[in-house]
Parts: sequence; C-alpha cells; structure tokens
Amino acid sequence: MKGFAFILVLLCAGEAFAQATPNAPRGPAPADSPLITDLSSHLIAITSSFTGTDLLLFGAIDEPGEVVVVVRGPTATSVVRRKRPTLGFWLTRRSESYDNVPSYYAVASSKPLQDIAPVNLLQRLQIGTENLRFRYLGARRPEDVAHYHQAVIRLKTRDGLYRENIGAIDFLGPKLFRTAISFPSTVPVGTYQTEVYLIRDNRIIAAQSTPLFIDKQGIEQEVYDFSRQEPAVYGLVAVLLAVFAGWLAAVVFRRG
Amino acid sequence: MQIYLPIAELSVSIWLLLGLGGAVGYLSGLFGVGGGFLLTPLLIFIGVPPPVAVATSANQVVAASVSAVYAHWRKDNVDFKMGTMLLLGGLVGSSFGAYLFAVLKRIGQLDAVIALSYVIILGTIGGMMLTESIRALRAKPGAQPVVRRKRLNDHAFIRALPFKMRFRKSQLYISLLMPVSLGFLVGILAAIMGVGAGFLLVPAMIYLLGMPTAIVVGTSLFQIIFVTANVTMLHAITTQTVDVTLALMLLVGSVIGAQYGVRHGARLRGEQIRGLLAALVLAVAIALAIDLILPPDDQFFLELGPR
Repeated sequence: MKGFAFILVLLCAGEAFAQATPNAPRGPAPADSPLITDLSSHLIAITSSFTGTDLLLFGAIDEPGEVVVVVRGPTATSVVRRKRPTLGFWLTRRSESYDNVPSYYAVASSKPLQDIAPVNLLQRLQIGTENLRFRYLGARRPEDVAHYHQAVIRLKTRDGLYRENIGAIDFLGPKLFRTAISFPSTVPVGTYQTEVYLIRDNRIIAAQSTPLFIDKQGIEQEVYDFSRQEPAVYGLVAVLLAVFAGWLAAVVFRRG
Repeated sequence: MQIYLPIAELSVSIWLLLGLGGAVGYLSGLFGVGGGFLLTPLLIFIGVPPPVAVATSANQVVAASVSAVYAHWRKDNVDFKMGTMLLLGGLVGSSFGAYLFAVLKRIGQLDAVIALSYVIILGTIGGMMLTESIRALRAKPGAQPVVRRKRLNDHAFIRALPFKMRFRKSQLYISLLMPVSLGFLVGILAAIMGVGAGFLLVPAMIYLLGMPTAIVVGTSLFQIIFVTANVTMLHAITTQTVDVTLALMLLVGSVIGAQYGVRHGARLRGEQIRGLLAALVLAVAIALAIDLILPPDDQFFLELGPR
C-alpha cells in the first residue's frame, strides 16, 4: 500500500510539474513558484457506504524550508453549553455562541509549529487550533468566556473534526513531500480550502491554496435535498412508508 | 457493514440498526407501547444527534404501532370510539408540544427538560407500576383477586363531569373530557420526548378511565399511530430532522420484532406484562438519572443539531 502511494505521488507530482510549465494555461501556482502541490482528489463524495476517508496531499519544493498544510471547512455558528450541578443534577446553566467557527480544521507540519514560524505569523494566518479566531456573539467580555472558546476546540478535536498532525509531513528526498488528511464520517458538506505554506527563516516563501469539495451524492443527496426542499411531502412520505411497512409485516406474518 | 445516514450525517452499522429496531419492536408488541422511550435514548447513545433521534423515533413508532395494532384489531381488541377521543386531545397536545420544543430549544433548556421529563415521568410511572404488579404477583397463585381495585373513575368529581358519552366496547359511560385531556397530556410528551407515551397511556386508561385491560393495549396503539404521525410531520416541516434512511433500517427490524412481541404477550398474564414493563421503564429512568447525577466527562458540550 505504501509503495503504491509512493508511486502515485511520483506520478502525480510529475503531472503537476508538467502542468506548471510556462505555457500551461491553468494551475494555481505561478510557474516559478518554489512550491507545487496537489490533492489526490478534489471531491469527496458522501455515498451510502461512506465511513470517512483519507486524502493524500503531495507536492514538491524547489527551495529548502518547512511545510505547513492547513485544511479549513466551511464556517458556521457554534453554540457551546456548560453543565453545572443544580439541585443534585448536572444541568445546562449557561451557553455562549461563536461565529466563524470552521466546521472542520486540520493542520499538518513538518516540525512543531513554534519552531517554524513566530507566534504573530501563526496567529495572523490562524495556523494551529489555538490560533483560531472565532467571533464571540455574546455580551460578556471575551476574556471571561475563554474557557468556552477552548471548549469548542477541545470538543471538536474529540469528535475528530479538528486535527493537529505535527511532524506528519513525510519528505521523500529533499524535494517531494506528502501528507494524509483524514475526514471522519461526520464531516460536514461544503467547500473546503487547502492551504500549503513553505516557510523559511520565519518568513513565508511561497503559499498555495486549493479548493476541496465535500458533497453528498446519489440517493443520499436526493434524500437530503428532498427533506429540505419539500419538507411537508417528505414528512408525509416518511409517515406513509412507516404505515405501509407496518401493515405489510402484519399481513405477511399472519399468513406465515 | 456500514450505512451513511443522510440527515443524521453519520455512518452506522446496518446490523446495529436492525438489531436495535428488532429489540424495540419486540417490546412494543409485547407491552403495547411504541418503544420510543427506549429508542430515543438508544439512538442518542450511538451518536445520533438528539433532535434527529426524537423525530426519527416518532416516525419509527408509527410503523411499529401499525404492525402491532393490526394484530389487536383482528382480535377485536380496539375501541375505536375511545381511541378517536384520545386522538382529538393527542393531536392538539402534540402540536402544542412541538411549539414548546421550539421555545425550549431557543432558550437553551431543551436538553435539560428532555432529560428531566424522562427521569421524573418514567421514574414515577415505573415505580407505581412495579409496586402494583409485585403486589399482584405475590397474591396467592390460582386465587382470583377478591378485592376489585378502587379505580379513580369512580371518584365523584370525575362522575360529575359533563359531556358524557357511551363507549360500548369499553363498557363505560364517562365524560369525553377524560379521554380528550388524557390524550392532550400524552400528546405534549410525544412531541417533547419523541415517544408515543404508551407507558403512560396504558396505566392511565386502566386506572383513570377504567377501561378493561384486554382492549387497552390495542386502543392505545391506535391513538399512538396518529399522534406519532403528527409529530413526524411537525418535525419534518419545522426542524427537518426526520431521517428516512435511519427510520427504514429501524422499522425493518421493528415490524418483525413486533409480531413476535404480540404473540409472546398473549401468553403472559396482565400483571406479568405490567411488571416487566415497569421494570423496563424504571431501568431507563435510572440509567438516565445516573447520567444526570454523575459529573460529566466534560462540563461543556456543543449544541448538536442539523448542520
């Protein structure tokens, strides 16, 4: 399997190089960019057998440096609630809301992040889960609700939606690199951004951004669209289906 | 073998869902309850977001109840007139409950209310039923119960209620306010807890309305079909959390299970059925109470729901 992946990397990297020749009409990176990358797929199709997936991100660097890969999912509002003991029960007492929360976030780097770039750079580019900036929607001072902010990151990490893979970029020789990006089965649909940075001496030498689409396909897509576009008909179908199944079983079993 | 659920947005084992549906269907046939009070917590436990669990359980209970009521209907054990009165209250109650659901969700107390209603209602009903059936089972075997239980419907206040109606099948002449308000109450619970509330309906029909035990199960199932269908529709339209794929998987198991449940139920005595149901209801209440009392692994939790 690993050997196969390696061959794939070489083949695809070769293709990426070919595409980046001066006369190539497309390709996100300029021809003289010291950084060229691509994904093993730009579309993740969620079908009935989807149990999560791994994508391979690979590339080549022309100059020495450290590589950081960031994948961001579509942002959404997130509500985090806190339980406190109340009359002997653990009940929800307070909640805080944040906007601009990436539904998915993964970072992989060739070295620990603080050894690659200064904190202000990491913060500015929101590299690393602790540097994510959510927009606080509540009325309290953001410093007072820092533990809510941290809880969002902790819980998303627990659910496999936030990932930090420090040192998880494999170099195959001095130029070629690859890394695997994992998506759990609960991954939200939408348009994702894959960012790759080449960093040396605390400066970004080159950066590249590629979109990634995650979408439901086939019957899953149809069921989902149906439930959103015609909710009343969908509900009726659900009820009739249940009535029919119940009736059918009753009749079959009476005869049987 | 795994299957991806398009509304719940996660992947679950098909065999787990079939087994879950079968077990819940068996119990629903045996006890004449929809099984929603078991199914909703179990679905949440395997990772289904609570709003999806509530709405989909309601949908699945429709199937289990249709399947089970058919067997009772063939044995002529359904009082349709009484069922219709219960249903009138149930439809209004479940619509009101769905409104409450939305309000509680907005102010962020939905989870607490769901958990507490489960613990308080299941705990109380289960405890009462268990005490009663232990007493009945400890009575000398073979000896017929001499003392007829004093039923609440003999109370002077209830007798004085207006709009009296004759229910031939149930051999009752009572005010229609009784079944209508009982249906209303149960309807609210159906919408908030994602249950048909048969565990509440069955004893209430026996002790509060005074119906004969034999026709109580069939009649409650009849009412539950329509109330849970209403809940399914309301959730499909407002919260859009009914997962048809999940419901289909569950109901394949459950309609089959329900048939065996009905057959086995016919071999058990009434107080045995009530005793077993009481133990089950209490077990769910205790499990959920432990969850509320023990400190959680993480005090914080993210609002789950349709993304």
